[in-house]
Amino acid sequence: MPDQPAVEVSGLVMRYGDKVAVDHLDLTVARHTITAVLGPNGAGKTTTLETCEGYRRPREGTVRVLGLDPVADRRDLLPRIGVMLQGSGAWSGVRALEMLRHIARLHAHPLDVGMLADRLGLHDCGRTPYRRLSGGQQQRLGLALAVVGRPEVVFVDEPTAGMDPLARRTTWELLEELRGDGVTVVLTTHYMDEAERLADRIHIIDEGRMIASGSPAELTRGGTATIRLVVTKPFPEGAPASLQAELGPQVDVTPISEVSLLIAGPADSTTLATVARWCEQQGVLPESLNLGQRNLEDVFLEITGRGLAHD
Amino acid sequence: MTESAVRPAAGTFTPMPGAAPLVRQVLAQASMEARLMVRNGEQLLLAIVIPVLVLVGGVAGAHRVGIHFDERAIDALTPGVLALAVMSTAFTSLAIATGFERRYGVIKRLGSSPLPRSGLLMGKTGGLLVVEAMQVVVLGGVGLALGWEPRTSVVAVLGAVIALLVGTFAFASLGLFLAGALRAEATLAAANLVYLLLMAGGAVVLPADAYGGAGHALTWLPSGALGEAMRAALTDGHVAAGSLLVLVAWGTLGTVLTAKTFTWE
Repeated sequence: MPDQPAVEVSGLVMRYGDKVAVDHLDLTVARHTITAVLGPNGAGKTTTLETCEGYRRPREGTVRVLGLDPVADRRDLLPRIGVMLQGSGAWSGVRALEMLRHIARLHAHPLDVGMLADRLGLHDCGRTPYRRLSGGQQQRLGLALAVVGRPEVVFVDEPTAGMDPLARRTTWELLEELRGDGVTVVLTTHYMDEAERLADRIHIIDEGRMIASGSPAELTRGGTATIRLVVTKPFPEGAPASLQAELGPQVDVTPISEVSLLIAGPADSTTLATVARWCEQQGVLPESLNLGQRNLEDVFLEITGRGLAHD
Repeated sequence: MTESAVRPAAGTFTPMPGAAPLVRQVLAQASMEARLMVRNGEQLLLAIVIPVLVLVGGVAGAHRVGIHFDERAIDALTPGVLALAVMSTAFTSLAIATGFERRYGVIKRLGSSPLPRSGLLMGKTGGLLVVEAMQVVVLGGVGLALGWEPRTSVVAVLGAVIALLVGTFAFASLGLFLAGALRAEATLAAANLVYLLLMAGGAVVLPADAYGGAGHALTWLPSGALGEAMRAALTDGHVAAGSLLVLVAWGTLGTVLTAKTFTWE
């Protein structure tokens, strides 16, 4: 069924003891897309992914990958998905290419190991034991292990963590080529630029809950323009509220940290003058005053900032 | 970027998923396990060097420490050293390797591959048997060079092979139980300690009757049972059914304990 989603998560609840890691999460991934699950550490990204991979059984709710139950239909599902875990997952004494060749042998129609090693720059460390690979090399090998079996869906957990800029770009290109060739990619990341550059659809998760969902364009639309204000020392008590009062209701002031805030609305000279005068009144010195379109980082800080303010 | 619902053209990464036939997966896993075991220096020490030292040292020095055998020392000791080799690989090496596989997430990684758990167990068993075959060749060769004259009747060879297989089953199940119950470092320490204790006092290298009054009790240990079964086959030319049953019982106990407690991560 080509129209069946690659991944369907509905009402997923996961707990570790008393702690709720995933809280009634719904998530659908269309085929042949790159979907990013974005969120801070501990947001429940890895738990959600590992439930899709069949490592964990849902406490509540259902998870379907390619229409299959990842726990009950594990044996049918596993050959069809590729998994890149966070952290190691190889014998300390195994050589990089030996590990890749081994996983390839477990599949019926694996990719050519030499080609894949070329693409991911693994030849220069092909005979190096796993324990002596750099973090970036281990990540690249992990990605190669995930795709070598020619899966329909790959789950990659923080694929570019610890990579240098060149390796990051190589990885992004590979993930885009996977999508181009009909593979569905689900990745977790806490890099905004990665999600913005790669993803067709982004799901932002915080404290186990989905807080925003959409294409990068949809998520960054809205607040026409923004001003990001960073000051040299913490704002005085009640500062955001007083700035909000000065600027009026058509402008939205969101505190981001004790030294920065985001002003969304018409970024015209009146607004700028008001902000400058207000800084002087409050006795704070602007360190930077950035004007720009709302990017994903603004969206994320805005949403999680509000979430934190409620606590 | 829009969501592409169009079916893409065939390319390098076009999905073509599928598991390799189970036999091929198991062979791949067995060869990987055997290679890793042979490559590891400490495990090689345990598998070959210590048994050779025990054999050579035992032949040269047994009478000096007051141990007397019914047969020539080399004929009495070589079967026991083969039993020691099985114990070192199936118990100590397996427990340590599995402990660190859990620690390093290897088993988790393999858990998302097409290799099923049963295939992993078969692969591990295959890897053990490959290493044990190499040990038999090396240690048997050293024994022969020192004048060992084993029984070579069909029953003797069959008895030795069965002892090796059943001994592997018993020790591997206990080794996996240990690796599943303890942290990797604790497994390393415990597996080596148990190996040393059984080597010295477990009637594996020396016949049970060399231990005097305690000898009979030692034949109920997996080490004593394996040693006696090897000696019965290669020195006396018969199959020691009682010892083999003791090993089966230990193997069953180990399997039940492992099944109850083992977690793959």
